[in-house]
Amino acid sequence: MNRHLISAADLSRDDALLILDTADELAQVADRPIRKLPTLRGRTVVNLFYEDSTRTRISFEAAAKRLSADVINFSAKGSSVAKGESLKDTALTLEAMGADAVVIRHSASGAPHRLAGWVRGSVVNAGDGQHEHPTQALLDAFTMRRRLGRLDGLRVTIVGDVLHSRVARSNVLLLRTLGAEVTLVAPPTLLPVAVGSWPCDSGYDLDAALPKTDVVMMLRVQAERMNAAYFPTVREYSRRYGLDDRRLALLPEHAIVMHPGPMNRGVEIAADVADSPRSTIVEQVANGVSIRMAVLYLLLGGAEAAR
Amino acid sequence: MSESAWLIKSASPAGGPATDLLLRDGQIADMGALGAADGARVIDAAGLIALPGLVDLHTHLREPGREDAETVETGTAAAALGGFTAVHAMANTEPAADTAGVVEQIWRLGVRAGYCDVRPVGAVTAGLAGSQLAELGAMADSRARVRVYSDDGRCVSDAVLMRRALEYVKAFDGVIAQHAQEPRLTDGAQMNEGEVSGRLGLTGWPAVAEEAIIARDCLLAAHVDSALHICHVSTAGSVEIIRWAKSKGWRVTAEVTPHHLLLTDELAETYDPVYKVNPPLRTKADVAALRAALADGTIDCVATDHAPHSVEDKETEWQVAAFGMTGLETALRVVQAAMVDTGLLDWAGVADRMSVRPAAIGRLTGQGAPLHGRPLQPGSPANLVLYDPAARSVVSPAAHASRSRNTPFARMELPGSVQATFLRGEPVVLGGKLVASDGQAASDSQLAARERQSQRGQPAGPEPVR
Ligand SMILES: [Zn+2]
Repeated sequence: MNRHLISAADLSRDDALLILDTADELAQVADRPIRKLPTLRGRTVVNLFYEDSTRTRISFEAAAKRLSADVINFSAKGSSVAKGESLKDTALTLEAMGADAVVIRHSASGAPHRLAGWVRGSVVNAGDGQHEHPTQALLDAFTMRRRLGRLDGLRVTIVGDVLHSRVARSNVLLLRTLGAEVTLVAPPTLLPVAVGSWPCDSGYDLDAALPKTDVVMMLRVQAERMNAAYFPTVREYSRRYGLDDRRLALLPEHAIVMHPGPMNRGVEIAADVADSPRSTIVEQVANGVSIRMAVLYLLLGGAEAAR
Repeated sequence: MSESAWLIKSASPAGGPATDLLLRDGQIADMGALGAADGARVIDAAGLIALPGLVDLHTHLREPGREDAETVETGTAAAALGGFTAVHAMANTEPAADTAGVVEQIWRLGVRAGYCDVRPVGAVTAGLAGSQLAELGAMADSRARVRVYSDDGRCVSDAVLMRRALEYVKAFDGVIAQHAQEPRLTDGAQMNEGEVSGRLGLTGWPAVAEEAIIARDCLLAAHVDSALHICHVSTAGSVEIIRWAKSKGWRVTAEVTPHHLLLTDELAETYDPVYKVNPPLRTKADVAALRAALADGTIDCVATDHAPHSVEDKETEWQVAAFGMTGLETALRVVQAAMVDTGLLDWAGVADRMSVRPAAIGRLTGQGAPLHGRPLQPGSPANLVLYDPAARSVVSPAAHASRSRNTPFARMELPGSVQATFLRGEPVVLGGKLVASDGQAASDSQLAARERQSQRGQPAGPEPVR
C-alpha cells in the first residue's frame, strides 16, 4: 500500500480487498466487551479539520482510539483558508509534534496532496473540496459487500450532484477497481463535461436506470446549486431525481439504498425511503469506524506492531 | 555621443550567414567582413545568433504596489537577461496605471533602471473596475506616450465600454489589448475545463469563456474599424476565430505565451500552484493549434505574461494561490524548444514574432516612442541579442534576476542561452550576466538624456554622422 490514502485511485484491487477484509476482522472488536486494541499505542494521529464535519471527525477519532493511538484534534474550522496560518505552517507544526498520521478534511481540492509534500507522516484524505473522499468509498463498498455478498459485477447507480461530489469521484474509482459497474444519473448540468472519459456509464433518466440496479446511492443536493442555475427549483429536482416510494418499487427486490449523509429528506430522498429496511444509512455510519480503523492500522504498519 | 563601440565578430543575424556587426553611437554602424575598428571592443560571436532586441507586449512588473514580488528594476533586469530590449508594463499595479501620473512614474522607473525600455500599458477603465473609461487621452499625451491599453487580469466584459474604448483610441492610434475571459462563465474557475478538471475536482474554465469574448471583440473592432489586440490566446477555438477575423481584413492581432506553447493542463495533477495561470494551461490539441497559428502568422507574436508572485501567494492550496508564472528569462529558450527545434519556425521567424511584430503592435516606431523591432542592418538602432542555440541547461529559479521564483520550467532542461543584450549600443547583458546598471548612480543630467533617448530611440547628443 502507498504511504498515504489521498485518492481511491491509490488503491490496487489487492489493497482495497485487504482494507475491506481487515475492516471485517476489526468490526468484531466492536462486539467485544473491551472494544480496544493496543495496536497503535504510542502513535499519534492528528485530525486536521478545516471544514465542519462532526460525523467524519468523530468516526476517525473513534477509529484511532479503538486502536489505542493518541489523538489530537486540530480544528481549523471557521478560519477560512485565505486567512490565518497557512497550510504549510500548520504542516510544519504537525511535523514538530511528531504526527504519525494526519487525517485532513479541507474545502480545497488537492489540499491533502499538498500536505503530503510537507509532512513525513501518512496523510489520510477525509474529504477535499470536490475531489475525493476515499474512506467514504471504502465504507460504501464494505456496506455493499456485507449486504449483497459481493462487489464483482454489482450494478451501482449513483444519483445527483456528481459534478461537485467527492463521494461520487471516489466511489467511481474504487468500485471500478473492485469490479462493480457504475452508472451516474443526474441532470446534465450536474455531470462533469468530460464524464464520458470516466470509467463508468452515465445518463439522465433515473426511472430507466433503476430496474437494472443492485445499489442506488443518492447524493446530497445543495439548495445553493439552484441559485447557480444547475436546476430550476428544488421541487423540480426532487420530482425528476428524488428517490420516492414509486421509484423504490422500480428497483429489483434485493436492491439496497445508500446515502453518504447528511440527508435532505424530501429532496433527494423521501423520508420513508430513508427509513425503509432497504436503506443502509445507519449501517454506513457504523461501518465507517471499522473502515477507518483498518486504514489507520494498515497505513501505520499496525500489522508489524502487533507481532 | 556614446563612448563605446563594439565589434561583434561572426554572428549569424536571424540565423543567416555569419557576419560582423559594428555598433557605434547607439546604431548598427556597419555590417559585413569588418576589420578592427577604432576603439571598438570585440566580441567573438561565432556560433551565436543575433536577433533584434526582443519586445514583450505583456509584462507584469508589479511596481508600484507589490514590490515584494517584483520591481521595475528586477523585472527589467530579468527582461534583459531574457534578451528583451523593450517591455510593456501591464496596468494592474496598486494603484492601477490609469492616470498620466502613474504611467509617467513607471516609465521613469524604467529609465532609471536602464536595463530596457519600459512602455507602460494604460488601464482601459478607471481602477480596472470595468465601469468607466480611464483618461486614455491623458496617458497618450503624457511623457510615457501610452498607445497600448488593457485591463489585463480582468476582462473588459461590458460590450458598450469595449466598443467605446476601441473607438476612442483611434484618435491617437491606440490599441486595446483584451484579456478575454467571460466573467460569469469563469466564476471560481481554477483550471481548464475538461477531463483533468473533472477528475481533480477543480472548477473548470471552459474554452468558450475565452472564445466568446474574442468573437464579440473581433466583431466590435470591425464595426468601429479600430485596432484590437488579443492577449494570451490559449485555445484552438480562439485561433479559428482570429484566423477568420484576419481573413476579413479586420485590424486584429494576437499573442501567445511561451507556457501555452509548451505546457498542458495535466500538470495540475500535482496540485502545485506553480502551474496555476490565467488563462489556464490547456490540452495537447490546443498547444498544437497555438504552435501552428504562431508559425503561420495567425498569432502575431509571443508575449510572456511574466507574472511574478511571492512565495506566500504560491506555496498554498491550489484554490487560494495566485494565478501567474514568470517568463521573461525563459521565453526565448521555450520558443526555441516549442517552435524552432520542432521545425515550425526558423530564426527569422523568431525575430519576426518576438521583435518586429510586437514592436509594431506596441507602436515602437521611433516617433515619440523608442525604436524597436528593426531588422539588423546598418542604420538600425543597436538593440540586439546574441543567443547560443546550441547550449542546453536546466532552469534554476534561484539564478533568476526576477524577485519571484514561480517559474513552471524549474528543473526542466531547455535549449539555448542568452549571451548578450545591447540596448542602443550599450551592453546590458554580457557573457550571460547582467552588466551592473548605473541607474541609481546616474546624475540628473544623465537621466534626463536617457529619458530623451527612450523617447526617440537614439542615443542622446548630436545627430550621428551619416
Ligand atoms: Zn491576462
